[in-house]
Amino acid sequence: MKKRYAFLMIVPGLVILFVCLAMPLLKVIMPTVFAGSYPFHSYIRFFQDEYYLGIFIRTLKIAVITTIICGILGVPTAYFISRCNKKLRGILLAVSIFPLMTNSVIRSFAWINILGSNGIVNTFFMNMGIIKTPLKLLYTDFSITIGSIYLFLPLMIVTVCGVMENIGDDMMEAALSLGANRILAFVKIIFPLSLPGIIVGEILVFTGTLTAYTTPQLLGGNRNLVMATLIYQRAMSLSDWKGAAVISLIMILVTVCVIKAFNTLADKLDKRGENHA
Amino acid sequence: MRKNKLLTIFTIVVFAFLMIPLFIITVTAFGKGTAITFPIKSFSLKWFYNVLTLDSFKTSFLTSLEVALLATFIALLVGVPAAYALARSGIKGRQLIKSIFLSPTIVPGIVVGFALYQFIILTLKIPVFAGLLVGHFLITLPYVIRIVGSSLEQFDFSIEEAAWSLGSGKVKTFFQIVLPNITSGLSAAFMLAFINSFNNIPVSMFLSGPGVSTFPASLMNYIEYNYNPSVSAVSVLLMLCTVIIMVIVDKTLGIASLAK
Repeated sequence: MKKRYAFLMIVPGLVILFVCLAMPLLKVIMPTVFAGSYPFHSYIRFFQDEYYLGIFIRTLKIAVITTIICGILGVPTAYFISRCNKKLRGILLAVSIFPLMTNSVIRSFAWINILGSNGIVNTFFMNMGIIKTPLKLLYTDFSITIGSIYLFLPLMIVTVCGVMENIGDDMMEAALSLGANRILAFVKIIFPLSLPGIIVGEILVFTGTLTAYTTPQLLGGNRNLVMATLIYQRAMSLSDWKGAAVISLIMILVTVCVIKAFNTLADKLDKRGENHA
Repeated sequence: MRKNKLLTIFTIVVFAFLMIPLFIITVTAFGKGTAITFPIKSFSLKWFYNVLTLDSFKTSFLTSLEVALLATFIALLVGVPAAYALARSGIKGRQLIKSIFLSPTIVPGIVVGFALYQFIILTLKIPVFAGLLVGHFLITLPYVIRIVGSSLEQFDFSIEEAAWSLGSGKVKTFFQIVLPNITSGLSAAFMLAFINSFNNIPVSMFLSGPGVSTFPASLMNYIEYNYNPSVSAVSVLLMLCTVIIMVIVDKTLGIASLAK
């Protein structure tokens, strides 16, 4: 293909991205970088403020816990699905994809019904006579975390399953015939081979939780803010555009750093996985 | 193969965790009382009726449909030629250009919405609907580049060269040979882009104005002020749509195409 034509096909998209993404971001963020007595003054102030720092740490904490639990629950489940016969695998994959296609408002709303003060858990315990007053489960860090796990676990399962399907049964059989038991074979063979997929899944879960808006808004309420809900509150309720822009850049930087860190980790860890998966 | 019992139980528990909350919503939608109770005490369809008569849901549903379709269409228009050029031409910096096209995924949705609100609506004074469309274009473009790109990578370009050598023009070959061969990739990209645009909230949160609100955003507003089985009923209707879409996709493209 002539370079000129290739150029004509690519440039419109790049121009649109520049005008509709890069320019708005620069316009919003640049003024905050040089505001104050020295560059990044507003950013240093953000981290010195206990209230903001608390929200930043809460956001990270929820993202870390969600990533770990999604890994623990998702990897064995994905392994199970990838080893099923074709029919069952299709059904289980469909059941995992279904929540992904379902609106996150609905998926968060489900947990309002379960965790609310008149919700299923509290009603159950009160009817059993175990507690007298409803437990405060909703609008806590706990409810945001469980909502986030619920939101991102299917993504983890589907992502890891995609990689594990490509690992042949013969790998496992070879390991078994050489005397390894199933658990050892999983840890030594299957896990390293699927590590690239697991890391991609964990990146999606971590960055997704870090930047999620819907779930923390519905399950955290106005008291338990995270970074995304903080941006909205600063901008829309308090008209603090600068503050919202500062938080925006911090969120972008953390996302980029996390992706870089995970990818570096993936490169350093067992190289065997890359060649096979 | 022989399955580990423990792993089977583990998987059942995980799927129960994924399915039970959605099952509870479905049951509560058929309750009669104004409070959401589980299990329900008496059966009624009145909440479904109630939802279908709510004007705010109807208009916002149409808005979402319109935005998602338009945004996906524009993303295909811009993304397919770009993906083709990236796959086919040996221009320098292909990886870099591709990562620029995928860059909207790195910027958190709420930040995209906030920046567009400030720049497009407050500074340039462009109508809210156009801003919403731009935001949703940014959601959909990476899906098109990624999925169409990967199906072009698997396309055997010697077929295209054969058509050229038989005298078919380049443009004609593209439409008659290349595009028909990647229809499954195009359809998967369309479905995923459309669904993710339709479901998106963070990008749309800032980009709403008088008469312009997306369906998920108005649903979210509704939940914040009302707590009754209407929301369950809406959820059931939406999940029904999802099931129908998934069945159609499974029959035509195969369910795995939604796992990209």
